[in-house]
Amino acid sequence: MEFTLFTMLNGISYGLLLFMLSSGLTLIFSMMGVLNFAHASFYMLGAYIAYTISSVVGFWPALVLAPVAVGLLGALVERYGLRPLHKFGHIPELLFTFGLSFLIVELVQLVWGRAAVQYAIPKQLDGPLFTLFSTSFPAYRAFMMLVALAMLGAIWLVLTRTRVGLVIQAALTHPEAAEALGHNVPRIFMWVFGGGCALAGLAGVIGGNAFVTEPAMAATVGSIIFVVVVVGGMGSLAGAFAASLLIGIMQTTAVALDYSLAHLLGKLGVAITPATPAYALLNVTIAQSSAILPYLLLVLILIFRPKGLMGTRE
Amino acid sequence: MKELRYTPLNLGRWLLWGGYALILLAAPLVFSKGGGLTLLSQMGTVMIFGLSYNMLLGQGGMLSFGHAVYSGLGAFFAIHAMNMAGAGQLPIPTSLIPLVGGVAGLGFGLLFGYVTTRKAGTTFAMITLGLVELVFASSLMFPGFFGGEGGVTTNRVIGGAVLGITYGPQIQVYYLIAFWLFVCTAAVYAYTQTPLGRIINAVRDNPERVEFIGYDTQWVRYLVVILSSFFAGIAGGLSAINFEIVSAENVSAIRSGSILLFTFIGGIGFFFGPLLGAVVGILFSVLLSDYTPAWQLYLGLFFVLLVRYAPGGMGSLIMLLLRAARFGHLGRVGKPLGWVCLAVLPGLFGFVAGVEMLYHLTLEAANGSVKQLFGMAVDTRSALPWTLAGGLLLASIVAWRKAQPVFADAWGASCAEIAVQTRSAR
Repeated sequence: MEFTLFTMLNGISYGLLLFMLSSGLTLIFSMMGVLNFAHASFYMLGAYIAYTISSVVGFWPALVLAPVAVGLLGALVERYGLRPLHKFGHIPELLFTFGLSFLIVELVQLVWGRAAVQYAIPKQLDGPLFTLFSTSFPAYRAFMMLVALAMLGAIWLVLTRTRVGLVIQAALTHPEAAEALGHNVPRIFMWVFGGGCALAGLAGVIGGNAFVTEPAMAATVGSIIFVVVVVGGMGSLAGAFAASLLIGIMQTTAVALDYSLAHLLGKLGVAITPATPAYALLNVTIAQSSAILPYLLLVLILIFRPKGLMGTRE
Repeated sequence: MKELRYTPLNLGRWLLWGGYALILLAAPLVFSKGGGLTLLSQMGTVMIFGLSYNMLLGQGGMLSFGHAVYSGLGAFFAIHAMNMAGAGQLPIPTSLIPLVGGVAGLGFGLLFGYVTTRKAGTTFAMITLGLVELVFASSLMFPGFFGGEGGVTTNRVIGGAVLGITYGPQIQVYYLIAFWLFVCTAAVYAYTQTPLGRIINAVRDNPERVEFIGYDTQWVRYLVVILSSFFAGIAGGLSAINFEIVSAENVSAIRSGSILLFTFIGGIGFFFGPLLGAVVGILFSVLLSDYTPAWQLYLGLFFVLLVRYAPGGMGSLIMLLLRAARFGHLGRVGKPLGWVCLAVLPGLFGFVAGVEMLYHLTLEAANGSVKQLFGMAVDTRSALPWTLAGGLLLASIVAWRKAQPVFADAWGASCAEIAVQTRSAR
């Protein structure tokens, strides 16, 4: 009971963080058709900028300022990097963001050094929120979930209940028509790209001190969010939400399970010795394989449901 | 009746391939000093890898982020084959070890290609990224085969000398690589002339129409991935012989990303692009990394600039210049181009100096503030070098703004004239 509850809570909070990242990615993808390879790099930039800001004026201003800064940076990248490439098709755009992800890692190392930085959790949130039996749930995890849910609500409100959201949706599905009605679609693209990057930056601000703020943090989370986007269905926000939670829960649960196929077969009365064929494979525990589970899920989804969980296009 | 055929001697082709073979033969004689030989050997393997990668990206329009899976797994199989041959369990000479890698690569191409090629375009790219992460993570799970963190090592000298060749000295390994490189280049080129090599170009450009004329695009892509992974496996096998070690890094996303970088830098639209890209890439990653810790920044910047301003890579720049030369415009274009290069040069110096000083300040601050830069001792904490670097950069920007429009005018006029000439010739 205790184990299930806490793994679920941890899984959900990790999944929500993944969603904060993948939502921006999905938004950008469904609008511009370009998968922003540097998305995780903006997440990293968010964490580092928040670290710098919070060491001067504290965590709370950083929570607002860092995503704004990252969003502006993203808008600049779209305006001067991606927009001129749009006419060449999607592969040059993807390659540009790929090169950018390369560059951002180098620049981060240049400015903040190669080692991890001491980006601490704010004092108010440092400590347990509640203790059940013998395990305590950190307050910061709850705060992460709160921010993610607030962000989810805010996106939903903006996209469905405001004029801006309406224009964005129109530009998403019918860019030519929206342009004919007098909306500056390229500028909308720019701000959507910036907005998506700001969401990644926000995820970085609250994820950076929950985990580690280091130059490798973009690479560790980068490929997982692509898995989320493909598994959820390219361009589907709801799919990204479901896939983030699924992968978050799956990975945190798997890390805690120290069972292997050999255990299972042992229970069934089959003796496993080092002489058994495929002994190495049988002996791998679920915990050991937790790193490959998202990718395995990706492969399985592609074989059995190629359009993703909630995707509409093949 | 006997069929009458007329096939004239294609002198250009003989000269080109003969020259290529000659360059491969003569290269170690020219670059024999220091690490020249190891550099050339690495270039050779990366060239094969790049050729195989360009079968996907350039010729098939498939952007893969996980091509190292095939070369890396090929390398693992090759190194295990070498170890078994060394133990006398497998009668196979070192010269044929790359074939083991190739067959292993082909096998994994059969297996993984089936999953990855179900999609094209951006989704294909994402799946390959997922796949490479999957293989990389699994490689750490099975230390028995993949050797864990340390990797698998071997000794490439197997048995006695055959015709005096033991593959102990690096020069013999170089010639083995050069031989396989020549064979692979010829094979990949021949493949581009086959119906499969042609139809994959069509699949790249207009998959819908290819479906309409009765081809299964997914099947075509699958076949190409299988073939390409065969050559990737050969490259992997050769690198196993060359380094005598294979580790998990060989199947990583980093390795896959770097071959993408190199191939694109060379130019994905040209057959020789990957060859050029491998030379430049190895120069960056092996030679330049000896001199500066900032080489990845330079490589990344170079790549981004190319993507942004010359999506055809260095190959396209060379071909454009050659075309101008063929029409006799080199004199007209050459001078303004020279001025542009001259304008960029001081800025490049200033930029490099600035980056190097910044790296020194952030990463090597413990070793004092004095840095050796372009043969001078520079104090990174004093203002003078920074102003100098900034001044050079500024001067370069001013000169660029003067020289660039002149060049753009000359180039535009030349291109327009060539376009008129080619049209009237048609």
